[in-house]
Amino acid sequence: MSNNLSPKERMAIDRVHMPELPADERSTNFEEVNLGLSADQALSEAQRCLQCKTRNCVAGCPVGVSIPEFIDALACDDLPKAAQILRGDNALPAVCGRVCPQETQCEALCVRGKKGDAVAIGYLERYVADWAMLHPDRLLKEAKPASTGKTVAVVGCGPAGLTAAGELARMGHQVTIFEALHDTGGVLRYGIPEFRLPKEIIDREVAVLADLGVTIECNVIIGKTLTVAELTEDFDAVFIANGAGLPTMLNIPGENLKGVYAANEFLTRVNLMEAGRREDSATPILQRDEVAVIGGGNTAMDCVRTARRLGAKRAMIIYRRGEAEMPARVEEIKHAKEEGVEFVMLTAPLAIVGTENGWVQALRCQKMELGPADESGRRRPQAIAGSEFDIPAGIVINAVGTNANPLLTATAPDLKLNKWGNVVADDEGQTSIPGVFAGGDIVRGGATVILAMGDGKRAAAAIDQYLKR
Amino acid sequence: MFEVVSNEILAENLHKMVLVAPRIAKARKAGQFVMVRLAQGEERIPLTIGDADPAAGTITLFIQAIGASTRKIVETPVGSFIRDVAGPLGKETHITNWGRVACVGGGVGTAVLFPLVKALAEAGNEITTIIGGRSERYVILADELGALSKNLLITTEDGSLGYKGFVTGPLSEMIADPARAPQAVFAVGPVPMMKAVANLTREPGIETIVSLNPIMIDGTGMCGGCRVQVGTETKFACVDGPEFDAHLVDFDGLSDRLTSYRKEEAHAAEGCKLAKEVAK
Repeated sequence: MSNNLSPKERMAIDRVHMPELPADERSTNFEEVNLGLSADQALSEAQRCLQCKTRNCVAGCPVGVSIPEFIDALACDDLPKAAQILRGDNALPAVCGRVCPQETQCEALCVRGKKGDAVAIGYLERYVADWAMLHPDRLLKEAKPASTGKTVAVVGCGPAGLTAAGELARMGHQVTIFEALHDTGGVLRYGIPEFRLPKEIIDREVAVLADLGVTIECNVIIGKTLTVAELTEDFDAVFIANGAGLPTMLNIPGENLKGVYAANEFLTRVNLMEAGRREDSATPILQRDEVAVIGGGNTAMDCVRTARRLGAKRAMIIYRRGEAEMPARVEEIKHAKEEGVEFVMLTAPLAIVGTENGWVQALRCQKMELGPADESGRRRPQAIAGSEFDIPAGIVINAVGTNANPLLTATAPDLKLNKWGNVVADDEGQTSIPGVFAGGDIVRGGATVILAMGDGKRAAAAIDQYLKR
Repeated sequence: MFEVVSNEILAENLHKMVLVAPRIAKARKAGQFVMVRLAQGEERIPLTIGDADPAAGTITLFIQAIGASTRKIVETPVGSFIRDVAGPLGKETHITNWGRVACVGGGVGTAVLFPLVKALAEAGNEITTIIGGRSERYVILADELGALSKNLLITTEDGSLGYKGFVTGPLSEMIADPARAPQAVFAVGPVPMMKAVANLTREPGIETIVSLNPIMIDGTGMCGGCRVQVGTETKFACVDGPEFDAHLVDFDGLSDRLTSYRKEEAHAAEGCKLAKEVAK
């Protein structure tokens, strides 16, 4: 099959809609919301791509996926080739196809988006990656690279670490990933809920790396079990991607009441430990009728949609700016609304109010209005005097952000940190210690999966250069 | 996978378990803990490392079987494996030569106290160890602690062994006697005991350190579940602790947070009993 439609014919095709589980059904379970495209839908969407020469979309992708090329292979119905192209550029395509904010990256730069809807690049990426997982026998065999005899330690099994490990293994280096938790995936597993990213997808992506010869050791905390100095002794290079750390506290009264969670604790209990998801999970989670989540990012959306699924009758987002200023993906906001989540905008928390027995009973808030733009370009919220009010809530979840994790850096005195405790690294990930590279949230503070992956990919290239010196 | 090489019962519901964990045995310092998960689907539980043998590559854990998860862990027979053991976590105990030190342990806290007493003795401190239990059969590690201490005092609530009463009795006598008053106090045990010790030493201004065991999930500085109010600051026991200045800890807040899942735990215990009934 060839991909030889005229531009006019391509322009005449409408953007596909992602099939979804109905909102009333999915808001009571943890099944994946987006069901994936059918073969016909994927083919039709692939034909919408104009195969333009400028390839703006590629510039919008932090890992530089050859987007027009894989879409062309898909439009030609050559899925093995599409899968090969995708896998060559992106170590975790089934993950990216689900959680990347395409609307602000590749799709934002798509020529078709100038007049109408961009090509649904993310949906197509997911389609090809999912097909590849289901048809391992039809994939083109990857040539095993010749071993370079060099060893690399990767700290952290999240998106940055997995990406770097995949890239380095394909270059012929022997890679060992050290993971502090008991399972792989980092934030993909403990942070992102099953209904957005099924754990099975992570297992399959990790299995691809294992096939490439990557060793993964769980339960090893770098900075504690082993130090960075020990790694530089035993390995030719080190990539630090140990992720985010402790929650940023709100510093309002009542934060230590029972029923107040930091987002990471709430999500880790449910996602990693399967509390509330599996009948026989030994880890408990509190369940209440009214749950207030503070914050407007994707983590806040993940918390509030999880709370809804655990049975909250009122699951609320409390955000001090307006909906337009929310950093969360448009799709997450849309899905949350469909699932009955309430959005309490222009509202800032003042205190968490408890019962005499120390349980949360309300979130005390005040109304805000938007003033002039601040340095981030978003309009700064200002309190409206005398507007205090209480929102009844049995659980309050703080999803405003995280600080740098101190465990690794506390025992690596030569590693230069910035004033927030994040590791200082240049564009290629090089830190203040020769042969030690870093990327992802430990460098950036809180960022996205795909930015972490971009760091992993660039650092892998830099490590390869370093090892070839 | 971490092999169990010995598992003995020290007292009712209290086990001493030795595991093969060479990296942890080598890295570990007094005062640190590990996160243990017995098997898939089980909880992550923080447990203090009681002792370690770097040459043999083993660590010793003292485990009080009080909840559903700890009961399952202590049932692991010798030669079997624990799926996940991660550590050593937390800060090491600040050890110096204070001179006279009182080490106070209650219940399973006595086991947590053991590595501290050992390190303090090695640093040349003159140690009085005071350990207490409900009755004689809850008093543990008396011989081991006695060997490291200048004085060993035992208290039981029912008077079945040593002083009748609480650990605070002999401690307040020590503090009142200028010839015996300690320069520093280490206290590990139930929250009310640590709070009582802190109240005794606050007035005379004796440096007092407690080791806390709040609720934890990852133990690696990520979830924030182990937060404790210490003075005006919120501290995280897993990275900032587990040891803190006793005079600054909000013990009432800690106690209260420890009850967060009481209902859920009771349900789990009920489930266990039901399962056993059904099995019969």
